[in-house]
Amino acid sequence: MLETIWFLLWGVLWAVYFMLDGFDLGMGILAPFIAGDDTDRRVIYNSMGPFWDGNEVWLITAGGVTFAAFPTTYAVMFNALYTPLLLLLFALIFRAVALEFRGKIEGQGWRKLWDVCHFLGSFLPALLLGVAFANIFKGIPIDEEGMFQGNLFTLLNPYGLLGGILFVLLFLVHGALWLAIKAEGPLAEKAGKAAGLLWWPLLLVAVVFLAATWFATGLYGNYLANPALWLIPLVTVAALLVTRVLVARKAWWGAWFASSLTIVGATLFGVVGLYPNLFPSSLDPAYSLTIFNSSSSPLTLKIMLGVALTFVPIVIVYQIWVYYLFRGRVTSDDLASDEAY
Amino acid sequence: MDVITLSRLQFAVATYFHFLFVPLTLGLSILVAIMETRYVGTGDGEYKRMAKFWGKLFVINFALGVVTGITLEFQFGTNWSRYSRYVGDIFGSLLAIEASVAFFLESTFIGVWLFGWKRLSPKAHAVCIWLVAAASNVSAYWILVANSWMQHPVGYVIRNGRAELADFWAVVTQSYAVFMFLHVISAAYILSGFFVMGVSAYHLLRGRDVAFFKRSFRMAATFAVIFALAEIVIGDLHGKEMAKAQPAKAAATESVWETTKGAPMYLFVIPDEANERNKVEILGIPKLLSWVALGDKDGVYKGLKEWPKQDRPPVALTFWSFRIMVGLGLLLALVSVIAWLKRNNPDRSPVLLRLMVYSIPLPYLAAQLGWTVTEMGRQPWIVYGMMRTADAASRLAGSQVGISLAAFVVVYSLLGVACYYLIYRFASKGPEPIPAAVR
Repeated sequence: MLETIWFLLWGVLWAVYFMLDGFDLGMGILAPFIAGDDTDRRVIYNSMGPFWDGNEVWLITAGGVTFAAFPTTYAVMFNALYTPLLLLLFALIFRAVALEFRGKIEGQGWRKLWDVCHFLGSFLPALLLGVAFANIFKGIPIDEEGMFQGNLFTLLNPYGLLGGILFVLLFLVHGALWLAIKAEGPLAEKAGKAAGLLWWPLLLVAVVFLAATWFATGLYGNYLANPALWLIPLVTVAALLVTRVLVARKAWWGAWFASSLTIVGATLFGVVGLYPNLFPSSLDPAYSLTIFNSSSSPLTLKIMLGVALTFVPIVIVYQIWVYYLFRGRVTSDDLASDEAY
Repeated sequence: MDVITLSRLQFAVATYFHFLFVPLTLGLSILVAIMETRYVGTGDGEYKRMAKFWGKLFVINFALGVVTGITLEFQFGTNWSRYSRYVGDIFGSLLAIEASVAFFLESTFIGVWLFGWKRLSPKAHAVCIWLVAAASNVSAYWILVANSWMQHPVGYVIRNGRAELADFWAVVTQSYAVFMFLHVISAAYILSGFFVMGVSAYHLLRGRDVAFFKRSFRMAATFAVIFALAEIVIGDLHGKEMAKAQPAKAAATESVWETTKGAPMYLFVIPDEANERNKVEILGIPKLLSWVALGDKDGVYKGLKEWPKQDRPPVALTFWSFRIMVGLGLLLALVSVIAWLKRNNPDRSPVLLRLMVYSIPLPYLAAQLGWTVTEMGRQPWIVYGMMRTADAASRLAGSQVGISLAAFVVVYSLLGVACYYLIYRFASKGPEPIPAAVR
């Protein structure tokens, strides 16, 4: 029971991370294609300004919770995914540093350099996280000792890449919607248009991914066994469709919430399908790491549950307050302030 | 080189680099919070200017501290997976608690503080920087509890082929952790005080913004002197704790080979590791070592020969790091007393000002050496007496770790250069000319 609660919490942490940092990453990928000049760039960076740092901590916490609640999974997963994980870390370092350093100096070369870093620091995490999760759904070639029998290219299989593309598109739409909310004038319009256009390839890839999941993974097993669970993918697909309807009506906040629901639903669809596996082996199901053979002791799980149930709600409350505090559009007045990116 | 050596080097690079930024975050956040609180209390715009100027340097430094901390957390899994599997039940939960209790708070409110100058009342805005300061210091506590557990494991049972939590309270409140925390934050506050004094001295030497930097200097001098003097006592208490919990490490810090009753302390020693003796050992003060380390002048101080060679830490490195750290600590205490005595008119003593500028790197060096003692002195154990470092690493290809190590060195060097260039640029530029209160 404790293990199952922690498994669900683990899934929720990932879902919230993708929902929140998803728009930061999406805007970062979108930036080179949509920003006309330095001002546009600065609007983009400042629309994630007060939020991105707090958003990223959901990833750190998801990692920390994997370590705390499922240490064996943490050990095997991070060992097996060594190269992609370190790439992810370097990319996130560059994203963070680009945001902090770029605006500090006027020089064109300096700013270009950090623009490139910010793009790579947004694109690579989106892609890598998608590839990693698709591979986890599919199963990773780990042997009975948890040793990874493959290399980076083993992960770059068609299904894995499809997962990567899906994540990039989900985040692109999500980020474009956030920019439509936060920017003013032509940039906001361009962002809204981009969200509408990018939605079509997203729909296509989502459909292909759901179909491929039937053949490449065992995720649907849990759904066939418990038909009530179909609610999750149904709500997700509905949210995706509603996103497009609200984009057409230029209801940006509504569209962004629908897009958030799509991301959360997509994550939970995968996580629930995975249960009770955390890191399935593609070589032999007996080698798979599950919540039962990789979790911490009941005492640790209990203490951690107390901590999580106390502090995560507090975090949610103050983060909502922060979103409320900075709810307006990024204005030229905001850009003029000394602290702005 | 084998994978273990490469992984150790990678962790060392990541830790040293991370700890270039952490101490200034811990201390400068408090100084900026004090400045802003004074602004709220007095309405004096000069304090707001101070909070903004020092806050800008704080933020540049903060960014690197955060991102380099993340790589440390993840490396336990990527490079030390056998360790993570064996102790994750305890060690992992401490890191997860740190993230949910402190790291969220710190990262969320730094954004509010940075972008919220106009959106919040001055009081609410000052609360934000206090939250950042409190959260980063609480964060340090959890991380040091985790590190202390590696130095002195308590509150566990070996069950199911791993270390499992038996007594959470014992882990979280063990005195080793408490003293280590006090030792580390005092060092961080000293470093931050010297940073502010050094930058202020740089401007005072050039006669720029004299009132502004005199006020900054004064505040930092008081802050630094308190913790520099306290550190002498705290460092001693932490040392006694270490001598009790890790006698082999203690023997290496003093390069004592033979077990001695009423051990003397030699002011000048050159260890000779190969021959298990000291090449030079002069100016001994009788019984001082036993008295300092054990609290009993006739106490029995264990020598390194008590342990078989494979159970000893590297002696010369631990010894020199410890000696130089202690020397620097005493030197910094002396300098901070002088600075404090001259705190009202530092601009009248150019010699002092020059000394303060050149002193900026010293506490950095002391902190890095301190971690060298802590981590190298624990060897050959990753968890003292429980698990050897050699048994803890992930099984990876040497090429994998070799490439990532090279990437760490290159990326971190470039980021370090960029960060310190920015800090130098903004520190030497001085505060914005128009008092912010006028706006």
